[in-house]
Amino acid sequence: MWRYIGRRLLGAVPTVFIVITVAFFMMRLAPGGPFLLDRPLPDQIMENLMRVYQLDQPLWVQYTSYLKNIIRGDFGPSLIYRDFTVAELIAGGLPVSIQFGVSALLIALGLGTLLGTLAALYQNRGGDYLVMGVATFGMTIPNFVVAPVLSFIFGIALGWLPTSGWGDGTISYKVLPIICLMLPQMAIITRLTRAGMIEVLRSEPIRTAHAKGLPTRVVLTRHALRGAILPVISYLGPAAAALLTGSVVIETIFGVPGIGRYFVQGALNRDYTLVMGTVLLISVFILLFNLLVDIIYSVLDPRVIYDD
Amino acid sequence: MTTDAAARRGSRNLWGDAWLRLSSNRAAITSMIVLAAMVLFSIFGPWLSPHAFNTVYRSYIKVPPSLTAYPQPQDIQEIMTRTLRRARVDIQTIDVNGDRLSLGIASEQEISLRVRDILERVDDFSDVTITSGSSDSRQMSLEMTITRQLFLFGTDSNGRDILTRVMIGGRVSLAVGILATLVALLIGVSYGAISGFIGGRVDHVMMRIVDMIYALPFMFFVILLVVFFGRDFFLIFIAIGAVEWLDMARIVRGQTLVLKRREFIEAARALGVSTSRIISRHVVPNTLGPVIIYMTLMVPKVILLESFLSFIGLGVQEPMTSWGVLISDGADNIAGAIWMLVFPSVFLAITLFCLNFIGDGLRDALDPKDR
Repeated sequence: MWRYIGRRLLGAVPTVFIVITVAFFMMRLAPGGPFLLDRPLPDQIMENLMRVYQLDQPLWVQYTSYLKNIIRGDFGPSLIYRDFTVAELIAGGLPVSIQFGVSALLIALGLGTLLGTLAALYQNRGGDYLVMGVATFGMTIPNFVVAPVLSFIFGIALGWLPTSGWGDGTISYKVLPIICLMLPQMAIITRLTRAGMIEVLRSEPIRTAHAKGLPTRVVLTRHALRGAILPVISYLGPAAAALLTGSVVIETIFGVPGIGRYFVQGALNRDYTLVMGTVLLISVFILLFNLLVDIIYSVLDPRVIYDD
Repeated sequence: MTTDAAARRGSRNLWGDAWLRLSSNRAAITSMIVLAAMVLFSIFGPWLSPHAFNTVYRSYIKVPPSLTAYPQPQDIQEIMTRTLRRARVDIQTIDVNGDRLSLGIASEQEISLRVRDILERVDDFSDVTITSGSSDSRQMSLEMTITRQLFLFGTDSNGRDILTRVMIGGRVSLAVGILATLVALLIGVSYGAISGFIGGRVDHVMMRIVDMIYALPFMFFVILLVVFFGRDFFLIFIAIGAVEWLDMARIVRGQTLVLKRREFIEAARALGVSTSRIISRHVVPNTLGPVIIYMTLMVPKVILLESFLSFIGLGVQEPMTSWGVLISDGADNIAGAIWMLVFPSVFLAITLFCLNFIGDGLRDALDPKDR
């Protein structure tokens, strides 16, 4: 097992390298630059800025020096958020994003598996149609529609919850963003659980468990769910990576100070170092979560063995 | 079963069977009809609509949806007052008779003939004629035609008809969905079929490349592509198709691995058919089932992606529009003009719903496990 993990981590290195390289050159070759403002800067200042940030050197030199800095753990200064390094920006926003992401993920997982199981138990009956209707709805309505609608209903019309901002960071500011983050994930988890459950419930081991007189509750939670949740687990890898690294839509609408906005803002403003930092962070998250998922998978399903 | 009975039921082939199963799936059939209506609505609607998608009606900014035409009777008085305030004349009488309006005005000073031009310039009035005037020019009667405008879905914050814009937006959204999917189809199917059919080391390397691209943060590369290509919309969606082909390639490869051991492929090989011809004539057509299912599920994904890009401000540029752009505008105006959000969202949601149901229905119909 440890050798497997080690090999996977080693195998991730070239992927991360490719991500950095592609992102670096795409970003640099794109038209525009970080210091092109509406009112152009005087040539002298521009030259100085370019020299300070080493943007005047050949691209190849910049690339190798960026790689060297990355290996030393230096993500460089942000070009747009003056006085901040990329590492500081990420360190400021990441805990917020993780807090939101983890809450949304846990709620989605709990409700999703519950609803999915119920739908499977009542397959092709009223309850099933209801749950699946809601799930399809949650999956097809994009969160940039759900978010303003919810904030209108609960924030403006009913006045129960604040519509945006961070305030004193109490729970009331977090409810709406977490719901919006959670809904589409819950919908997908419900669908996956239902599909897995329907297949598992028809299988021999479950019939055996019923036959030996186990109560339905135990059959479901101990035996069926274990098999039915496998597709959910493999979905959770990329989903968790995406959730924990923030959502630009939710953060923009609700004014949440996470890191989801940084990438889009960085890309639009050509904040090269910030873009590279977030890309790197996300790819590392994706790779780690995929590995984690494969490990959980082998724990839940003993038939899966990772041999060397 | 006698041969007669078999003949009456028709031959049972994959597609015939699938069609039978699909046609008994009410959700899928309804979705197909609704989707077809949506496509027709988007393609032909703008030609039938009385408004152009980019016409600005300055007197109708953010008017709510209405089944009766604007200006409504109670509005006319207000429009008239607002218009004539600048001419410094007082309104004495307003008589509306169908589409004709007679107006009597008076002023302390001489009324300039310019008042006619002022009225002409308003969108709602045309054919303004002066019917009579008092000898001291301090009173005047005018007649004009009221131009009525019907805004079934209301107008946006620039005074443009939302119905027409939803239609045009539908054209763009559906077009990018289909375009990107076709690009992904082309790349994915050929890549997967070649990889699976040739097999061995080539297959291994080709699939390793796919695995590697899988690990890339997809959303981010799409945004980088937009930044890279500037805002050339169709180029971007060709690029998105070029990123989205991975699943397709995996599916087709899996199918090909199974297919290539089948007798008819061996027969073709024994007859001396070339590899490229076997792939294009025998392998690819037999992978169509899963490919079609995946296609129907990919179109909504791309449409959603387009609206996401539009939402963060990377979509088509004004005055052109798409459902995503309209939704994004609507979200900004939710407090004052909720219809700006509702209509495009409903159309987007219906389309996505239909495509998902059709995809699910096709999967049930074509899934060999169910036979």
